[in-house]
Formats: sequence, structure tokens, C-alpha cells
Amino acid sequence: MEFLSPATWEEALAAKSARPDAVPIMGGTDVMVELNFDRRRPAALLDLTRVPELREWAPDGDRLRLGAGVPYAVIVDRLADRAPALALASRAVASPQIRNRGSVGGNLGGASPAGDAHPPLLATDAVVELASVRGVRRVPAREFYLGPRRTARSDDELIAAVLLPAPAGPQQFAKIGTRNAMVIAVASFALALDAGRRSAGTGIGSAGPTPLRAPEAEEFLAAEFDWAGGRPPSPAVAQEFGALVAAAARPIDDVRGSAAYRRHALSVLARRTLGWAAADYRREMAACG
Amino acid sequence: MRVTMTVNGHRMDADDVWEGESLLYVLRERLGLAGSKNACEQGECGSCTVFLDEVTVCACLVAAGQAHGRSVRTVEGLAEAGADGAPGLSDVQEAFVAAGAVQCGFCTPGLLVQTEDLLRRTVAAGAGAPSDAEIREALAGNLCRCTGYEAVIEAVRLAAEWTERGRPAGGPARGEAR
Repeated sequence: MEFLSPATWEEALAAKSARPDAVPIMGGTDVMVELNFDRRRPAALLDLTRVPELREWAPDGDRLRLGAGVPYAVIVDRLADRAPALALASRAVASPQIRNRGSVGGNLGGASPAGDAHPPLLATDAVVELASVRGVRRVPAREFYLGPRRTARSDDELIAAVLLPAPAGPQQFAKIGTRNAMVIAVASFALALDAGRRSAGTGIGSAGPTPLRAPEAEEFLAAEFDWAGGRPPSPAVAQEFGALVAAAARPIDDVRGSAAYRRHALSVLARRTLGWAAADYRREMAACG
Repeated sequence: MRVTMTVNGHRMDADDVWEGESLLYVLRERLGLAGSKNACEQGECGSCTVFLDEVTVCACLVAAGQAHGRSVRTVEGLAEAGADGAPGLSDVQEAFVAAGAVQCGFCTPGLLVQTEDLLRRTVAAGAGAPSDAEIREALAGNLCRCTGYEAVIEAVRLAAEWTERGRPAGGPARGEAR
């Protein structure tokens, strides 16, 4: 096995181009498990921890450009106001030790449907920045996930960053697991309201072959939400929103939960996050006076 | 490949390191530092928690080459960094002894390192003692099969108190906190 350790982004892109079979490693929270358990013996590891740009973030127009290697702990501590749903999801990742190492780029690279970062990226219409020696391209998260652990990334590309639109309303995230920490999601859900456009975004995790959206639930909520006053959604509206989210999922039975349980859990998560988001919406209106 | 790191303040070289090897393996099997424990090898249990450039990580999830040129502090380095500079157990270690927070001891090194980190970020940084909720969240990635955690949490409270007000002169009466 080779251990490639580029010191710059240009070197990293050149290395990935020369060795498309090299497995990128940042926090190691997925890759090292596969190595430790002898599940994978890549010809080369491409260590990205020495590339400074990957750990940086900065405004990009009216979006936040978040380096793919910014650890979850930093997102929680520093970026909760710029990326509320992603920060909530980041805090739900595993344990402090894992949050110190794991990053959104790793979630996107591994593309497990259970990854906690995916639902917020879908709900907020984030964009994934891919780079190679051929150039840079930006792919909406909503077009990034193609199948189980398959994405729009080509073999010679690295994930550079994600671009997060400025929050235009409340964002929420909720996750079901067997305890409050250190769990892979049984089901997760993110909701982002856009007060300016009067639209809603959704993201479903761990309940399908890929992370999913619930487009019908989004349209329903955009039409039914009290954008002028932020009144709490009626029980009937909340119920229907939950049902539409559950219907958009494509879960399977596995060791973590049955398909039926996952659908039920999603309907509950959708109702809860809607209630929280409506309360946030009223608070923001009151604060704006 | 050769991996060179600063471990507990000392420069150390490990030779013939396999490229897919973990930092934990290097520490235990090549450098003879067996304090960090090897249990799950997938980041679930926290028993291999060490500081890597002053941030706590599971050493089993760090590729050895990623630690090259970096600074590592293991449980063996906690005592060397005792409060008054003299060798001896740290406040956190003494508090675990005093509170009876150790049974089989396998999870203890990881809990000590993670607790050291929590106290550094809270009480030692002037932010006050951590609440019970903060303690539980900070230690959520450290599994213990013996204690039921109550004595561990008591030890963290005690260590926070000593960090804030100083350890009682003459050392604590061991077992007193229970």
C-alpha cells in the first residue's frame, strides 16, 4: 500500500488524477474502520489532512463555502448561525472524538444513506464542489446522490467544499437512534423554511438507498404554512406533512429497524421539526418587530 | 515507512510502519505505550482516546502516517504534566481514584484523557465547572461496562472542583467521595 501525503490542494488533485484508485482519507472515521477490519485493502491512501484549504470556510457570494474537511466539532462551535440545520446534524454525529475528526466531505465521499450531514444539505439546497486537474464543477446536493454509496463524483475528483445558502428562515434536524450518542441513524430528517421564497426544503436520511427529499411534502407545506403569521400548524396539517414525508421514504428492514418503524419515525420527526420550525419562525418575526 | 512524532513531549521514531496501520497500533506495539487500550477498533468505545495536536481523537481511527510530524499525548503523559510540575498523578487521575471510578480499568485511560480535555475547555478556561449534561455529552463516546458511570461522573465533578479551587492539601482521602 502507498501512503500519499500531499501538502497542497494542487498536489492532492494531481495525485488523485495519477492514482484514481487511491482512497482519500481525512478524519479516517470510515476508512480506518475498513482497514482495521480487513474489509478493504486499497492500493493507496491519499491523506488530505495536510491540505489547509480543506479546513477553511469563507463567504462565497451570499453563500457560505465550507471546506470539505472542516470537522463537525468546528461546525457546531463556530457555524451554528450560518448553517443551522447542518450544525444541529453535526452535533448528533457519534461522539466528541469522532466530531473532532469527521467532516462533511467524508460523509459525501462515503455516501452512506445514514450519514447525518446529508438531510441538511438536501433541505437547504446546498451545492457540492468537486475538483480535479480537469477543473472545478459544482453539483447540487439534490443531484449528487445516485445510488447506494454511488455519487456524481468521478474517480479522479476530490470533494473540495460545500456551498450553503444563507439561511432565509428556520432550519431543524432530528434523528432517531437507540440512544442519544454514538449511533448510526435509524431515521433522520431535516427541514428548512425559506421565508422570502415561501418555500420549504426537506431531507430524509437512513430510509432509502440514498438520502432523499420529500417533494410533495415540500409543496404541501409551502401552500399550507402561515407565512404571514407563523401560526402553529393545525394537527391536520402536521399529520398530513408527516404522512407525505413518510410516503417519500423508501426504507428497508435491517438490523437497525424495520421499514414500517422507519416510516412511522419519519412521520413523527417531520411533525416535531415542523412544530419547532414554526415556533422559531414566530420568534424571528417577533425579533424583527 | 518511518513515522516520527512527538509523544508526551519526546520525539519518537517508529520504523517499518505499514501504510494502513493505525496510530493506536504504533503507540502500543511499536512504541511500547500500552496505556491507550485497543478494544473496538472502530471508534465506538473511546478506550484509545489520545490528544492529537491537543484535540482528542480515537487513535484507532488515525492512520499512522497522518500523525507523522504531529504531537500526541497519551494517558502516560497526563501524570508527567501534573499540576505543580512535579511527577505524580494529575487532578483528574487522583479524582478517579478518590471517587472509586475504576473497576476493571480498561476504559479508564480513555475516560481520563477525555475528562482532561473537558476540564481544559471548561473550568480551566474560566468557563466554570461543566454541568452534568455537559459531562455526559463529553463522555458519550467512552464506554464503560463496569461502573454504570455514576462514579465516573462523580470523579469528573470532583476533578472540576479541584481544578477550580485546588486539590486539598495532603492529597484526598481515597474513597471519600463515595
